[in-house]
Amino acid sequence: MSDITKQSLSELVKNIKDKKLSSEEVTKAFINRSEKSKELNAYITEDYSSALEKAKKFDQKPNLQLKLPGIPMAVKDLFCTDSIRTTAGSKILNNFVPTYESTVTQNIWNEGAILLGKLNCDEFAMGSSNETSFFGNVQNPIDKNLVPGGSSGGSASAVAGQLTPITIGTDTGGSIRQPASFTGTVGLKPTYGSCSRYGIVAFASSLDQAGPMAQNVKDCALLQEVISTYDPKDSTSIDFKRNEYSKELSKNIKGKKIGIPKEYRVDGMPKEIEELWQKGIQYAKDCGAEILDISLPHTSYALPTYYIVAPAEASSNLARYDGVKYGFRAKGGENLTEMYEKTRSEGFGAEVQRRIMIGTYVLSSGYYDAYYLKAQKVRKLIKNDFDEAYKKVDAILTPSTPSSAFKIGEKKDDPVSMYLNDIFTVPVNLAGLPGISIPAGHDAKGYPLGLQIIGKAFDEQNILNIAYAMEEKINFKNKITDWWIK
Amino acid sequence: MVVCVIFKYHMSIDLKTIKHISKLSRISVDEQKAEKLAGDLNSIFKFIEKLNELKTDNVVPLTSVAETTLKLRSDEIKSEDIRKQILKNSPQDNEDYFVVPKVIE
Repeated sequence: MSDITKQSLSELVKNIKDKKLSSEEVTKAFINRSEKSKELNAYITEDYSSALEKAKKFDQKPNLQLKLPGIPMAVKDLFCTDSIRTTAGSKILNNFVPTYESTVTQNIWNEGAILLGKLNCDEFAMGSSNETSFFGNVQNPIDKNLVPGGSSGGSASAVAGQLTPITIGTDTGGSIRQPASFTGTVGLKPTYGSCSRYGIVAFASSLDQAGPMAQNVKDCALLQEVISTYDPKDSTSIDFKRNEYSKELSKNIKGKKIGIPKEYRVDGMPKEIEELWQKGIQYAKDCGAEILDISLPHTSYALPTYYIVAPAEASSNLARYDGVKYGFRAKGGENLTEMYEKTRSEGFGAEVQRRIMIGTYVLSSGYYDAYYLKAQKVRKLIKNDFDEAYKKVDAILTPSTPSSAFKIGEKKDDPVSMYLNDIFTVPVNLAGLPGISIPAGHDAKGYPLGLQIIGKAFDEQNILNIAYAMEEKINFKNKITDWWIK
Repeated sequence: MVVCVIFKYHMSIDLKTIKHISKLSRISVDEQKAEKLAGDLNSIFKFIEKLNELKTDNVVPLTSVAETTLKLRSDEIKSEDIRKQILKNSPQDNEDYFVVPKVIE
């Protein structure tokens, strides 16, 4: 069977279950394509030989009842993998080899999947273009020298470029949905508490969530079903009844009420994004949904709130990188304090240092009330906006990003303009809600654009269904020319 | 009232403040880096101060979106001897302890 890597996850699962393909054949195909795709720089660590071994072992005694039988999969390098180096895209964790496995990846291996390798990302998931990674820029398969978005840039590039049939990312302010939008793929940020944070390198603990990144909505639903479990090892994991998302997937969204928030029509938004949004509204109507205008009045305060809350939590979480217990230690520190200061100055990149400093400042004596407490109060107002809106609607439809993918280097020197990338995604994290980005069209340059569907807490099934129905109407085709394969 | 004063007069983060934050966050910063950071942080804080437009005196701060109380668990030892695992990644150890530069003269 040729063109194995062009198949969706659901097709591969079916072909393995029907014994038309072996795990070894599938694994080999993705390894070969990954080997030919080094120019994308999607991988930080490859684990190909052990993947092949595991695939052969699977084929000897295949358990075809599993949800991901013998499926090879690369994952974002923010998930700790037992005995496989985990860097979080940082020099400070360059040599870190975990002795334990994250719950989310363990769930994936328990269903029969096989690790291909660890995917590039912004350092500690802080970035929107994958340019802050210690391991270099990632290329977007859509076009040369185009960013894949971030922070799950390697994950998005690997799925769009068909280096892995599906993957997982993490999303603190848009890090799954924005790269999905930039690469013409599907990305789901689940409800806070849906997927365990155990074993995920922490960035901002009250916002971080893991989620699937896929070629289509059905694959996305299947992986969400696998990774979302209650986990006592994460104190904020929530014990609620989870659906069998892929089995319960339905295109019938007749009568669903979908809200259009007027505050998402921001100044300077390109005409193409507005047109895409209008097209999306029409598609939703064509699927039988009812469209209502709603208001989320505090939308413009979400990014400033995020840039207090996230760095504050990051400055606290990243205090553990001190050159003592694990990771990089700088040479030449005369005493303990000097060793700490040199290690952190040499081990963290510029963006991470910037955010630690912001966080330290807003939490420091005399500024806590003015910044951190203020931000927590505004966060409450933002959540109240959604609670109010959900009295009238079942879901909310917005663009995923204010623009299509930009060139590498274009926004690197202006942190605020980089932060504006997440203007439509950040409010969802602040309110702890699920959001999915689906590809919905192209701009004049031929670059993909995404639409975001935001749901009520724990209502993943509903937004997956809306996405599934709209996906059929949109009938998006990603334009990938394999330009990087010689 | 202190809050208002800080916001009103918070015009810019100077080099002295950068040095102070650098010390608190245990990240050494030379003059050149301090100047770059001051510029970046000022533009970020200018952007952040939009929050000042909102009156929030009577708003209850949101500390967690997961509106559940933290679960208690019984205090049981579950892990075996994991000393080796814990020390495995340390840059310097003597098999029993993490080793750091001399703290006491």
